[in-house]
Amino acid sequence: MGTTVQTTSLLRLATAGSVDDGKSTLVGRLLRDSKSVLADQLAAVEHASRKRGQDTPDLALFTDGLRAEREQGITIDVAYRYFATPRRRFILADTPGHVQYTRNMVTGASTAELAVVLVDARNGMVEQTRRHTAVAALLRVPHIVLAVNKMDLADYAEPVFAAVAAEFTGYAASLGVKDVLAIPISALSGDNVVEPSTHMDWYGGPTLLQHLETVPIGSDPSGEPVRFPVQFVIRPQTAEHPDYRGYAGQLAAGVLRTGDPVTVLPSGRTSTVAGIDLLGCETGIAFTPQSITVRLADDLDVSRGDLIAAGAAPVPTKDVEATVSHLNERPLRAGDRVLLKHTTRTVRSLVKEISYRIDINTLQCSGTDELNDNDIGHVVLRTAEPLALDNYSDNRRTGSFLLIDPADGTTLTACMAGQAEWESSC
Amino acid sequence: MTAVTDSLVHPDRAQFALSHLDALEAESVHIFREVAGELERPVILFSGGKDSIVMLHLALGAFRPAAVPFSLLHVDTGHNFPEVIAYRDRVVAEHGLRLHVARVQDFIDRGVLRERPDGSRNPLQTVPLLDAIETNRFDAVFGGGRRDEEKARAKERIFSLRDESGGWDPRRQRPELWSLYNGRHAAGEHIRVFPLSNWTELDVWQYIEREHIELPEIYYAHERDVFARDGMWLTAGAWGGPKDHEPVERRQVRYRTVGDMSCTGAVDSAAATVGDVITEIAASRLTERGATRADDRQSEAAMEDRKREGYF
Repeated sequence: MGTTVQTTSLLRLATAGSVDDGKSTLVGRLLRDSKSVLADQLAAVEHASRKRGQDTPDLALFTDGLRAEREQGITIDVAYRYFATPRRRFILADTPGHVQYTRNMVTGASTAELAVVLVDARNGMVEQTRRHTAVAALLRVPHIVLAVNKMDLADYAEPVFAAVAAEFTGYAASLGVKDVLAIPISALSGDNVVEPSTHMDWYGGPTLLQHLETVPIGSDPSGEPVRFPVQFVIRPQTAEHPDYRGYAGQLAAGVLRTGDPVTVLPSGRTSTVAGIDLLGCETGIAFTPQSITVRLADDLDVSRGDLIAAGAAPVPTKDVEATVSHLNERPLRAGDRVLLKHTTRTVRSLVKEISYRIDINTLQCSGTDELNDNDIGHVVLRTAEPLALDNYSDNRRTGSFLLIDPADGTTLTACMAGQAEWESSC
Repeated sequence: MTAVTDSLVHPDRAQFALSHLDALEAESVHIFREVAGELERPVILFSGGKDSIVMLHLALGAFRPAAVPFSLLHVDTGHNFPEVIAYRDRVVAEHGLRLHVARVQDFIDRGVLRERPDGSRNPLQTVPLLDAIETNRFDAVFGGGRRDEEKARAKERIFSLRDESGGWDPRRQRPELWSLYNGRHAAGEHIRVFPLSNWTELDVWQYIEREHIELPEIYYAHERDVFARDGMWLTAGAWGGPKDHEPVERRQVRYRTVGDMSCTGAVDSAAATVGDVITEIAASRLTERGATRADDRQSEAAMEDRKREGYF
């Protein structure tokens, strides 16, 4: 044995953009250079490109998986791509960049820990750059990389790069993005994508892949209050385990240890952790994002939808406000009755107010009665039962929720509890 | 580039870092538990292939020390590898599971399905599958599909709504954000659930190695009577091959996927252990489906078309 690298970690990242930015070329290069595109896939793409009358393989065909996408030559949906280096496994959410697909960008960014924003060095920041950055900031993607592409067409000139990088860093900072790195690249010729460029000695930073391989993943859970949404109650009721009662779930924040005092929300009852099982094996300690089973010292009424918390706990509330991304062609209006799905709890809810719509390109707010497909805005809700909700800025998992149409189950709106700092002027 | 581990770069986090297999495992277990919490009659599609075996392994872990709250469903083409059926029956007995079998042969006998000219029964599985879902009123069906397998699958959700006729409409998929899975459906509709969506072939094998998961023998190198068709080695057998002009030879082969015997090809291989297989995959220049599945070679959208009709 010993053939595998078990210490490899997993990074989820998102890219957004259109073919013009060179995004497909960049993604294609990452996939090819990490050997994640294999001979039969390359042959299939070459064959399809020839059928379309193209001389060179159209790398977008790797990611445009649906017939409609290939026929129209556009990316419609989020495509997930997988590649690996000896150091890390990557899950890349590749999303379309046009404003009419904002919801797909939001979807891809929702699970990403890093977003790659591409700009053409010759054009600098354009509306699309601002939109992609705003979506990443809104979804609280912790790390953003500005890839200043097509440096080969800008004479590999440092002032060109420096000007774009400075403008971008200022914009990202105004959106509350904490970690930004600008990298000058040429996706086409490979400069600073995998290998360091020989044309830009003035750049002393990492290549894109080096950065992807070393950027820290996740926050340090030891400093976080514990959040454990209960998914399922495990009660074998067998001769071997007559009294076993465990609460199954995935830790959404923090580190949990046997003996820790905990509070069950929304009831507010307290107990201590009697034991933690990891897929059937007892462990004394568990950390985010492990899936575990927690046993409590006291016989409490705990069921799916409850939150087991330790440390500073949220106060359960029926009044919820959130910045939202509307995902469906049915508009969202004040007075709508919806289902609200938060962690493992789904409750009935009333849309009390549509506060405003945000222009994702300019970040200007304007009053509105309804949110339409791909709109970003702010809403106020009243729920039928109290929710133990965190601010999205504190926890992406316990601060996010969906609105669902009770009539047919359609997912209507993606919601982030609270308000972003830059919305305070709205 | 120097190979520094994450723990050296971020010493404060070393204690609380998950490996990629741990992260994938935690995500899959979360998915199984969401289904158990939200749906009434889930079933795991179990073919005896490595992906369904890993799925079952994860499901067993997710509910331990209780039993898995799902039954198993095998869609049986009748063109089975005997080693796989023996494995299936052994696993079912060992864990006290309930197994449903939907047989393509029954539908051929009743005249509902007709044998295809190429002898492949793989596309014929959709009707027995949908029939079993309807008859047993399954509302959640776990499949071992992975997004890295095929480009239509790369666009598949983890919770994927199917209409009353089992159809998949890729343009009307529900957006799937964070780890919030929407399993709501109308009567007669069901949800296909793919807990291994984010796993790759290599992850599956690394996990099999780490967890010491037993597989049917045909995944490892063995001697077999095979014949060449469409650049693949197919097993000579009762299902209809080889034709007169196709000479049979004995070769050392193994299977990278397990499906219907008529369209699942073996690859030349001397990989006798999990470690050998991992080395072989890491060096392979062909994808798993490209190397071994005749059904996906038919057109650019072969998988999308089958999925629209209700295929796995």
